[in-house]
Amino acid sequence: MSSPQWLVERRSAAVQTDEFAMPSSEEEVWRYSRVADVDLSQWAIVSDRSEGVPAEAAALLDSLGHLAGTVVVRNGAVVVSRLDEALVAKGVYVGSLVDGPDAQNSLGVVADGGPDVFGRLNDAHFLDGVLVHVPAGVTVEAPIAIIDWIDIDGSAVYPRLVVRVGADADVRVLDWHGSADIAALVSPLVELDVDRAGRLSYGNVQMRGPRVWQIASQVSRVLNDGTLTSSHAGLGCDYGRMRTDCELIGRGATGNLSAVYFGTGSQTLDFRTFQHHAAPDTNSNLLFKGAVGGQSRSIYTGLIRVEKDARGTNAFQTNRNLKLSDTAWAESVPNLEIETNDVKCSHASTVGPVDEEQVFYLESRGVPTEIAERLIVAGFFDEVLEEFPVAAAVPLIAAAIDERLDAGVNS
Amino acid sequence: MGELRIQGLKAEVAGRQILNGVDLVVKSGEVHAVMGPNGAGKSTLSHVLMGKPGYTVTGGSVTIDGVDLLSLPTYERAKAGLFLAMQYPVEVPGVSLEELLTEALSAQGRDASVVHATVAAEAERIGLATRLLDRPVNVDLSGGEKKRNETMQLAVLRPKFAILDELDSGLDVDALRACSRRVEAATTEFDLGVLAITHYSRLLEELKPDVVHVLAQGRIVAAGGPELADELERTGYAEWVEEETPATAAADPFADPFADPFA
Repeated sequence: MSSPQWLVERRSAAVQTDEFAMPSSEEEVWRYSRVADVDLSQWAIVSDRSEGVPAEAAALLDSLGHLAGTVVVRNGAVVVSRLDEALVAKGVYVGSLVDGPDAQNSLGVVADGGPDVFGRLNDAHFLDGVLVHVPAGVTVEAPIAIIDWIDIDGSAVYPRLVVRVGADADVRVLDWHGSADIAALVSPLVELDVDRAGRLSYGNVQMRGPRVWQIASQVSRVLNDGTLTSSHAGLGCDYGRMRTDCELIGRGATGNLSAVYFGTGSQTLDFRTFQHHAAPDTNSNLLFKGAVGGQSRSIYTGLIRVEKDARGTNAFQTNRNLKLSDTAWAESVPNLEIETNDVKCSHASTVGPVDEEQVFYLESRGVPTEIAERLIVAGFFDEVLEEFPVAAAVPLIAAAIDERLDAGVNS
Repeated sequence: MGELRIQGLKAEVAGRQILNGVDLVVKSGEVHAVMGPNGAGKSTLSHVLMGKPGYTVTGGSVTIDGVDLLSLPTYERAKAGLFLAMQYPVEVPGVSLEELLTEALSAQGRDASVVHATVAAEAERIGLATRLLDRPVNVDLSGGEKKRNETMQLAVLRPKFAILDELDSGLDVDALRACSRRVEAATTEFDLGVLAITHYSRLLEELKPDVVHVLAQGRIVAAGGPELADELERTGYAEWVEEETPATAAADPFADPFADPFA
C-alpha cells in the first residue's frame, strides 16, 4: 500500500516547515507537564506496516457486544476494518483514511497541523489515518469501535483519527487506546467534525501500558445545532496528556465534555481543555473527575472563552479531584475569558481527600473503613461513567478502576 | 438482656470540654429520651458514642454487654450492636443503598442475600417510595425522606441499640409518626434499646419513653418518667440554662428525686 501523491506532499511539507522544537514548560499550556523530558531522538518512528490483529484487540472487540463497525490499528497501521453492509449501502465509511470518501479534504478538516508541535509531528509522521464518515441524515444505531494498539518497544507512533458527522446524522464512536507492556512515545491527533444538527458521541479510553508516554490532542468543531459529547477515561501511561479543543462555531452548537482519570504509582495525567464559544446560543458543559493515589500527579487546566458575538452562551466547567494519599498531587486551574455580558458561565474546581463525613456515614452502618472509601471513590466516577457514550465500555473502565483500588493507593 | 452503659463520659471538641461526665444505662427493649437545650451536648453525645472523628474522649467508658466501645473504630461499634440515626444524614453520591447495606451485613458475617427483599419490605412499611431506593444514598431526598431512610436502615440492620439524633428535626408530622412508630415496634420486635436525643417532646408521642433524661452543660442533670417530657414542653429548659455560669462546673446542684444514679 503506497500513499497517494497529495499525502506524500503534505507530509513532506509538514517535515520541512518545522524543526519540531519542544515547547517550554514555562508556557501556560505546558506548565507542570513533563514535556521537558521528551527526547524525540530516543524513539524510532514506525514506518513499516504491522500486520495481524493482536489477540488483546480481538478479545476487546469480543467484549464490546454488537458493533456497527470496527477498525484495528496496530502501530499506526490499519490491520483490519469492517462495517455492517447496510451502512456501507447508506454511504457510511469506516476504515483507512486514504481509501475513504473525500480523504484529502477530510484530513486536517478541523485540526490542520494540530494545536502544537505534537500535532505537526502527527501530520508529518502518521502512517494510516482512520476515517469515520457518516453522511447527512444517517443514524448509526450500534457503536463503531476503533482499537488503537501499540506493541513495538521504543517506537514513536502517531495515530490519526478523523470523524465526520454529516448534517442531522448520528453516531457513537469508541476509540480505545491500548498497548502491550512496552515503552513508546505516542502522539494521537483526533479530529471531530459535527455538521448542522449532527450528533456525535465519542468515547476515548486511554489504557496504554505503564511505560508509555502519550501526548494527545482532540480537536472538535461543532456547527449549528450540532451536539458533540466527548468522554475520556485516562487510566494508563507513565505520562498521559490530553489536550481538548472544542470549537462551537455554529449557532446553537453544544459540546459536552467529560473525563474520569485515576493515577497511581508515579503516573502523571495531564489535561488541558478549551471551550471556545464563537457563535450565539452555544452551550458547553465540562465535567472532569479524577483521583490520584500513590505518588501520582494530575494536572487540569481549562479555559472557557466566549467571543463577543456569542450571546446567550451557557458555559460550565467543573473539575473535581480526590487525593487518596499524602504523596499524591493534583493541580486544578480553571479560567474564563468572556467578551460579552449575555452569558451564563460558571466554573468550579476542588482538590481534596475522600469526604470524612461520607466515610463516617458508611462506617456507622458497619462498613469497614477501607471498603467505605472504596465505595465512595468508585461512586465518585459514576456521574461521568453513567453518561459514557458507549455503555459496553463502562464495565471495562470500572474494572480497571477496581484494579487500581485493589492494588492500594493510599501510600 | 443487653445493656448499653455510659459511665462518666467526658469529651471535648477542639480543646473545649462539651461532655462533663455523662452517666446513662439503657437496657434492651427500653426507650430512653435525652432532652436538653441547645448547646447542652446532645449531638456531641451521639457522635462520641458512634466514634465520629473530631472528638476527643477525655474520660469515662461506654460498653455494650461489657464490650468496650470507645477503643473500637466506628464500624466495629456498629458490629457490636450500635446504630446512629443521624440528624443530618449525609449524601453519598455514587453509592447505592443496597450496596451500603450489603457491605454492612457482609462485614458482620451476616446473610446479605436478603438485603433486596428486606429493604423492599421495610421501605413499604415506613412509606419510603420504591423509586427512591435506587438513588445514591440520601442524594436528592427531602428531609422527611432522609429520616424515613435512616429508620428503614435501622430496621434492616436490626442493631441492639439505636441512638436517634434529633430524628424529629426537619420532617413533617406524617414522616415523624411513621418513623417513631417503626422504632417503637422494633423495641418489641427485636428488643431494640433506644436512646432518643431530642429537643422537643413531639417525637415521644408515638415512641413511649421509659425514662426521660435532661442533659445540660454536658451532663445528665435530671431524670424522670414520661411526665418529665411534658413538663419540659411547658416550662422549657430555662431552669438548666440559667445555670450556665462558670461556677456550675464545680458540682451537680440538682437534688432531683429522679436523678440518674450515676450523675
